[in-house]
Amino acid sequence: MQTRDKVALSIDDLTVAYDEKPAIWDIDLDVPAGVLMAIVGPNGAGKSTLIKAALNLIPRAAGTVAFYGQPYERARPLVGYVPQRGSVDWDFPTSVLDVVTMGLYGKLGWFRRPGRAERELALAALEQVGLLDYANRQISELSGGQQQRTFLARALVQEAQIYFMDEPFAAVDAVTENAIVNILRELNKRGKTVLVVHHDLQTVVEYFDWVTLLNIEVIASGRTSETFTLTNLRKTYGGRVSNLHGGQLLAASAT
Amino acid sequence: MRRRNSLQSDDRRIWLIIAAIALLGVLLVPLSQALFGLRFSYTVRVVAVGGAILGLISGALGCFAVLRRESLLGDALSHAALPGVAIAFLLAGRELGALLIGAGIASWLSLRFVAALLATTRLKQDAALGIALASFFAAGIALLAYIQSIPDAGQAGLDHFIFGQAAAIIESDVRLVSAVGIAVLLVLALFWKEFKLAAFDPEFASANGFRIGRLNALLSTLIVVTIVLGLQLAGVILMVGMLIAPGVAARQWTHKLDQMVMLAAVFGAFSGGVGAVVSALDSDIPTGPTIIVAAFALVLISLAFAPGRGLVWSRLRARSNRRRLAARNTLRDLYRYALAHGASDSAVPDAFIRGVGDRSAELGLRELRAAGHLTFDADGWRLSPSGIELARRRWRNQQLWDLYRLHADKLGLPLVDADRQLDIASTLPPAAVAKLEKLLPGSADA
Repeated sequence: MQTRDKVALSIDDLTVAYDEKPAIWDIDLDVPAGVLMAIVGPNGAGKSTLIKAALNLIPRAAGTVAFYGQPYERARPLVGYVPQRGSVDWDFPTSVLDVVTMGLYGKLGWFRRPGRAERELALAALEQVGLLDYANRQISELSGGQQQRTFLARALVQEAQIYFMDEPFAAVDAVTENAIVNILRELNKRGKTVLVVHHDLQTVVEYFDWVTLLNIEVIASGRTSETFTLTNLRKTYGGRVSNLHGGQLLAASAT
Repeated sequence: MRRRNSLQSDDRRIWLIIAAIALLGVLLVPLSQALFGLRFSYTVRVVAVGGAILGLISGALGCFAVLRRESLLGDALSHAALPGVAIAFLLAGRELGALLIGAGIASWLSLRFVAALLATTRLKQDAALGIALASFFAAGIALLAYIQSIPDAGQAGLDHFIFGQAAAIIESDVRLVSAVGIAVLLVLALFWKEFKLAAFDPEFASANGFRIGRLNALLSTLIVVTIVLGLQLAGVILMVGMLIAPGVAARQWTHKLDQMVMLAAVFGAFSGGVGAVVSALDSDIPTGPTIIVAAFALVLISLAFAPGRGLVWSRLRARSNRRRLAARNTLRDLYRYALAHGASDSAVPDAFIRGVGDRSAELGLRELRAAGHLTFDADGWRLSPSGIELARRRWRNQQLWDLYRLHADKLGLPLVDADRQLDIASTLPPAAVAKLEKLLPGSADA
């Protein structure tokens, strides 16, 4: 793809420390535009931290982040975000449609209220994730997978160029997993860049064409076919990658 | 469609409740004059209006404290206002405006104090709030004791700020409170969308360019202002009840934020008005407790009876669920036993079915019999034709779901949640069901 020549996300020397110990350390990462990238790594590797630091949600100890060559403050309309589903209270008194509409608040800016146009956009996004029938449901009635799809729809209405998704596949049903994969591919087809924190090593090759292996530092990053190797996985996870069935799900069988 | 209709009727019900309570509130004074022959003096009417307005504002703002799980913060902020009142009195004398400004400053300082404790120590929020509440309140009590000891200040009535005293409210107070209150509500309306987003998902708000720190500071300021306005009426100790009780009660009745805030506002106005009037009729009764009693009566009613979330309804729902499940399981057990012992209408011994079903068998048998799916004779329980039909249909449904799980991929069927309790024909398109039916081993019944 020709769009790949451009760099969608460029991270330099990014370090985040909650205490003395860094959560992520000296991250250098260039993500080409138009890739579908998985961020994988063991628990505590700093995957969510990386996303949050890139989006200015937590303070950085050092480093710079650029989106399509611009700092976050200027590139914000280009950036879409799907936080972890567990990060909000799903008993909040609001409807599915309302939550999806929240994806448009940033574009509306201060004070302006969402109107009919915003409602149509939100409904279209709900249709895309297969939740149109649920538009008027109270969000506490949703299953985990439906909650995840609601969040996804909220990100879709943002009409961003680059999406950050924090574990969208965590504990969802098969229907939802399928819906998310379809949407990722659709976004990919439209030239969007998508970064997904991912836990399921078995599906990395199938779902993603780009991968970053992370464990505090970036272990490797690049095309899945070249990067998702047993050697790199060992470097990332230590000796705990034996459940990959002899490497058959890996890109290159580097056995 | 059905659901959309039911939602609209839910909406109508909420707005009706809101209108009814608002009307009742407005008519409270004239009605009780007409019905009970009560004569309200001008003072009492002023107090009623003041109480209602304060209740309205704190009810509306309190919703956000409830939803953001900051009820305890509200408690700390209101207790912390007391030393401010005392210091303002020492500096400026008994001037309501000055006292309230003092209260606001102290309350705001306690907010900063809590934030500083959280930022610089390893204290958790509850401990930080406890420290702020206790230390500020203790300072306030000590200062009040000192003020009481000053000869000509003893009658200042500052101790009314502890439990609240509506009778002290005069018309100019009501005007002040109304003006500030309207300003507070205007700000709330102006930042409605932002406050909603910040309360639901602060991280997403921040990622969308909303300054979450400033929004939080603004909302906290509004809550401090609300608390300060209500102090004279409810007192520092019980102000938190006036802040959160209407919101808690309103949450039970609705699933929409705008309705919740409106409902909390009328709940607050109602309890504020009623509480203020009751205590104004006898000056020995402090106002705070009467307001809180009225507000928590609303909370209790709401927790018990609100449709959907109320305890009474959820108990009833749990009971009917238990019955339905019992009937389901019992029917399945009866059908299996009957088939294994000849035909679907063979008798099933009472001892067997009670043996496998335990206590739920009793329930299930009663349900099935009442529905005409079951008869009892000398040999035991026997399924009626309608019971056999139902059991057969359920059995087939389960088989179809099992086939779906096995073959959905191969047959290219749409992906749905395979819930065996659901009717497969209503979940999958007819063509898909037909494909599965072809896989059924002959007829469902042997």
